Amino acid sequence: MLAVENIVKRFGDHVALDGVSMEIPEGKIFGLLGPNGAGKTTLIRIVTRITGPDSGRVLLNGKLMTAKDVELMGYLPEERGLYKKMKVGEQSLYLARLKGMSKQDATTQLKAWFERWEMSGWWNKKVEELSKGMAQKVQFITTVLHRPQLLILDEPFSGFDPINAELIRTEILRLSAEGVTVMLSTHNMGSVEELCEHIALIDKSHVVLDGSVKDIRKQFSNATYRVEFKGSSVAFANALAYHGELLDPKQDGDFCTARVRLLHNATLNNVLAATLPVAQILGVHEEVPSMHEIFIRAVSHVDPAQVSTGTTE
Amino acid sequence: MGKIRLIIWREFITRVRKPSFLIMTFLGPLLLVGGIGLVVFLGMQEGGIQNIVVIDKAQLLTNKLKETDDLKFFYEPADISDSVFKASPYTAMIEVNPLVLENNTIQIFYKSLPSQSTQNYISSQIESVLEREKLRVNNVDPVTYQRIKTALKIQLFDIDKQGKRSYDQIKAGIGFAFGYLIFFFIFLYGVQVMRGVMEEKQNRVVEVLISSVKPFQLMMGKIVGVAMVGLTQFLLWVFLSLLLGFIGLGLAKDTISASALQDATPQVTTQLQNQMGGQAAKFEANSDSAEQLGVMMTIWDELPVTWILLLFLFYFLGGYLLYSSLFAAMGAAVDGEADTQQFMLPITVPMIIAIFIAQTAVYNPDGPAVFWCSIIPFTSPVVMMVRIATGNAFAHPWELALSMVLLIATFIFTTWLAGRIYRTGILMYGKKVSWKELGKWLFYKG
Repeated sequence: MLAVENIVKRFGDHVALDGVSMEIPEGKIFGLLGPNGAGKTTLIRIVTRITGPDSGRVLLNGKLMTAKDVELMGYLPEERGLYKKMKVGEQSLYLARLKGMSKQDATTQLKAWFERWEMSGWWNKKVEELSKGMAQKVQFITTVLHRPQLLILDEPFSGFDPINAELIRTEILRLSAEGVTVMLSTHNMGSVEELCEHIALIDKSHVVLDGSVKDIRKQFSNATYRVEFKGSSVAFANALAYHGELLDPKQDGDFCTARVRLLHNATLNNVLAATLPVAQILGVHEEVPSMHEIFIRAVSHVDPAQVSTGTTE
Repeated sequence: MGKIRLIIWREFITRVRKPSFLIMTFLGPLLLVGGIGLVVFLGMQEGGIQNIVVIDKAQLLTNKLKETDDLKFFYEPADISDSVFKASPYTAMIEVNPLVLENNTIQIFYKSLPSQSTQNYISSQIESVLEREKLRVNNVDPVTYQRIKTALKIQLFDIDKQGKRSYDQIKAGIGFAFGYLIFFFIFLYGVQVMRGVMEEKQNRVVEVLISSVKPFQLMMGKIVGVAMVGLTQFLLWVFLSLLLGFIGLGLAKDTISASALQDATPQVTTQLQNQMGGQAAKFEANSDSAEQLGVMMTIWDELPVTWILLLFLFYFLGGYLLYSSLFAAMGAAVDGEADTQQFMLPITVPMIIAIFIAQTAVYNPDGPAVFWCSIIPFTSPVVMMVRIATGNAFAHPWELALSMVLLIATFIFTTWLAGRIYRTGILMYGKKVSWKELGKWLFYKG
């Protein structure tokens, strides 16, 4: 769907993006991650044609992107807002028509959206009369109203209460199911895990991670398992021998829970074969790294063992 | 092109719909015409009846001054002390010293300053009495005196326009009025462009907008939209002012002729007052209404009205485009109104210079400062209008052409420059912008 190739962008002496390439697969939800100041917003602004790259190209459906293509995109910026003194309906129509919609089409679509989200009474209100959450809803509608093929959302959940955040989440999934490609930039790793199939992580102007969430998780797997067994942890550790090491054992009478990290290219089968004689295995789960952990490890290059928060099973 | 039209429409309609626009549109001419009317009215009017005591030791004036409804004279042959005057109902005290026939001086002591028209009235009354007295003392026949009395009128002729009287100064004044109008509109609407840009930036609506349209389109849409608001307001002002002016003139005519009838008595002293009568005479000393009308007609005939209007439109739009693009760039570069100060000065100074030079051009349209300022695009919209009105610009068509071409070239350059600052500035938050920084922005790749 969208491909960026070797994008370089400088602001004076500062290099914001240095040879950034990535591909966003059609119809998928793609997460663009990175710490503050990594260059995410600059990349988004290049994709949305707000600024141009110093070198490199942006391809849409295999063809070099043109000015007309902005009408195929819907962009919800992180720093967003509306004209405070303008009425909601009039303003939404204006923004839709700037995206190339006809007045009639925009009106019909807008009325349908307003009805669906139960905000028909807002049409003649000025934006300054709305609460922040209400204004954000209007903003989201104006982003998707013109049925974009590519939706670029920068921190879409900020400013919403949990109920409205859920509404937006459902809407993103619905649009994705309809075939819309979504590029999602967020610091909320929970929503990345929930929504994204593919991610790219930018750090210090470079892409440091790129691929499907599944593959990346595998790549970041610690080969660590959570094991519950009946028996002594000391005996278990001895039986493990060179296949792995036992971490954080917690003995509770006969029962023990612990983490096992595989060593020397051992497999789970090796571990089980070695320890079965001394313990009754009750359960084994692989410890899959969370996106949160992957993010921190990829960005800070911290020893994986030290990152223990936010793990999931 | 469709999108830029949409932007222009939004900029136009949201401004025109504002209550402040309607108020300004209707209040502007009212204030203008009303203000002029008020000044004239107040000038004519006195706060209550003036009781003036004349200390006339030489008995020159006693019972010879003509009174009006609002102006009564009382005569005293001897000095009144200040405290007595203060306690008296008299509003003013005229001291006529016995040597008045030699030194032509009187003193007026007042409790509250008499209006200009009252002063004029007193002056003309005393003058005529003293004149008659001098004629009597010197044994001059009043009829002879009227023949001798000379009110000199200067008639100016331009040697290049043989046989025609020159009214260059009046025409230059008209040109200055046009120039001042341009100055006024550039500031009024240039600042509106700046505010609009700042509003979009502070609202954060700008990033949504420029994902649909190019920053340059957004900027030009705003500039053109605001210009249309300005032209609309201007045309409405002209229309309403003319309407109100005619109504006001109609009313004024009635009252003036009424008061003229009242005041016209056989005692009127000078020829002039015979013709004009009453109040009007006091204002139009030494001129002749019929002749004035003639002068106005001549000026109207001589003024290249069509050219003035066309060139006014040209310089108005050129100057506005030049300055409003700079205002737009400034609005984009700053974070808030407080930061505009450092950039405001370089924009205001040339405009102030322009007004200053245009003023001198009224008296000396051929000076070198006027020449240069009518060529330099930052001042030419104001200064050239004076030269156009006097016809001076048409005598030097190359200078006019050069000035126009330079103005076009410069506004193309400033809009380009502003466009580059604008597109970087509107996305830049929380940064204190310096001139050096602005310079860097010019070379960022779009």
